[in-house]
Amino acid sequence: MRLVTVRTLRFLLLAVFAVFFVAPMLWLLLAPTKSDNGLVTSNPFAFGSFHQIALAWDHLDGFSSHIYRRWIANSLLYAVSATLIVLVTAIPAGYGLALGTFRGRKTILTLTLVVMIMPAAALVLPIFLELNALKLIGSVLSVILPFAFYPFGVYIAYIYYSTSMPRDVLDAARIDGCGEWTTFRRIALPLAKPVIALVLFFSFVADWNNFFLPYAVLAKSSQYPIQVGLSNLLSSTPSFNPAVGGGGQQVNIFRPELALATLIAVVPVLIVFMLSQRSLVRGLLGGGVKE
Amino acid sequence: MSDTPVLTPAAQATRKRGLPVGGARRKGDTRTGRGFGFVLPYLPFLVAFGILPMIYAITLAFTTRKGKFIGLKNFTQAGNDFRFGPSFEHVFVYTAVWLAALIVFVVGLALVLHGRAGRASSTFRFLYYIPGALAGAASVLVWLFMLDPGVSPGTFLLHILGSHLFVESIAPGHLPFIFAMIAFWTGAGGWIVVLHGALNTIPHELEEAARIDGAGPVTIALRLKLPMIGKWIAYMVILSFATGTQLFVEPQLVNEASLGMVPDTWSSNQLAYQLAFRYGKFNEAAAVSVDLLLIGLIAAVIIVTRTGLFRRED
Repeated sequence: MRLVTVRTLRFLLLAVFAVFFVAPMLWLLLAPTKSDNGLVTSNPFAFGSFHQIALAWDHLDGFSSHIYRRWIANSLLYAVSATLIVLVTAIPAGYGLALGTFRGRKTILTLTLVVMIMPAAALVLPIFLELNALKLIGSVLSVILPFAFYPFGVYIAYIYYSTSMPRDVLDAARIDGCGEWTTFRRIALPLAKPVIALVLFFSFVADWNNFFLPYAVLAKSSQYPIQVGLSNLLSSTPSFNPAVGGGGQQVNIFRPELALATLIAVVPVLIVFMLSQRSLVRGLLGGGVKE
Repeated sequence: MSDTPVLTPAAQATRKRGLPVGGARRKGDTRTGRGFGFVLPYLPFLVAFGILPMIYAITLAFTTRKGKFIGLKNFTQAGNDFRFGPSFEHVFVYTAVWLAALIVFVVGLALVLHGRAGRASSTFRFLYYIPGALAGAASVLVWLFMLDPGVSPGTFLLHILGSHLFVESIAPGHLPFIFAMIAFWTGAGGWIVVLHGALNTIPHELEEAARIDGAGPVTIALRLKLPMIGKWIAYMVILSFATGTQLFVEPQLVNEASLGMVPDTWSSNQLAYQLAFRYGKFNEAAAVSVDLLLIGLIAAVIIVTRTGLFRRED
């Protein structure tokens, strides 16, 4: 009897938290199917109609002459190009740090770890001040290049190569006459596929969701990534900001449009999540990268 | 989905199990300099966006606009700004609330989930993890909706808490709790996964032995499992403390949604940003960001050198 109550209580606790985590997502998914008035009057979890989604999209797309598309494209440009640079630099760096014997190896490793653990936001203003001194503020590079520095990626690769890479295999390759580069490209790189997927996922998501850095270093709204664009959209909607829309500038951005904008902004993260899911499940849920 | 280093419980386990450690420098290996070429492309990024910004911010913080050294004057000047005290107070209250929630609920849920059978546990972990996809501005927007009594599915809860209008929901006194809730909503799932991974490294025999000795599930959770994941909890707390102090996007968006009722200098990072952008006081802005940088740096150094969670040498 007592066992049953404990179990029920435990399940109830887990279920309450599940509702807390999932309900807002569910609401967001359904919100664009309703009109702004419908959001107020109907059940929060009722489905409206597909027609409303199309209408919301028309309004959103019409905002400031298709700037929403531009924001998504910008985010893709920043996150994809930065992540490519991360892959090209971080995987070899992790390999070099794990198996290299050069002077300064430990210093580079420690610096990487410290910067990795430091909250990224702590470095935004210093990076802004530095870019400002270099007159790079307002340039697209002022987002991509800082994004391309991703010490966590180096650490994942380092951990993989230093725990799971049989050194004898590498030695054998060398004895067979492979140079350092060939050994890496032919042996070490193909073995690290799951790690590449992990780095790709974490780097892309970190870049996609970053708000502070682009907010600080970009000047024109046509350069904004989607996260900053969302804040721009928020300050243009009369739903949360009654001062807007009453004046001369009429915008059709209400809560359904805002919800749709938020929802679309999450889609690329979900796609990348699906693509790297197998490695992620092994790495995250299974308990790590091992042989 | 922050860039929380989630892989290390396993890496630790791997090390304990004594699997081949590749990086070990062999005795008699006299070749030096091998492998440097692989690190070379990464170095400019580490220097330009990791180390130089810190050095430059510190330099700015101790000098005048013309580059003359003035000691701590920028720090005292920024400290005397009437917004400085409140901004740090806000951030610390927020961080305290968030940390309390993390310690109680994340640890609690991780322990409860670890006692459950596989499938249900992994389903719950997945559900808790999903909101991680909505970090950044998107998560704040979702919660602005949730706090709007007009449309929120939790309107009855908002009414119980005494708010019937959106502006009442985001009253200044509520903000530290709201921001803590948003941070918890997006990040807790990730930490539960991390702690679950750490719990999985506890040898099964230990648990079995405790059970034979007559320990119930609660005793096992509190007396055996909890101490064994202690350093992971410490890691979560230190890291979250450092992250919490850097709060920026949440108050910035709420500022935009509240007609300025919430000041745009609510958090310390916002203050530093405004000092630089609106007032062009780059040296004072640098001083505030060096304050924040120090908090982050100290936390990071403690984690790297003291907790033993990160491999630095083989």
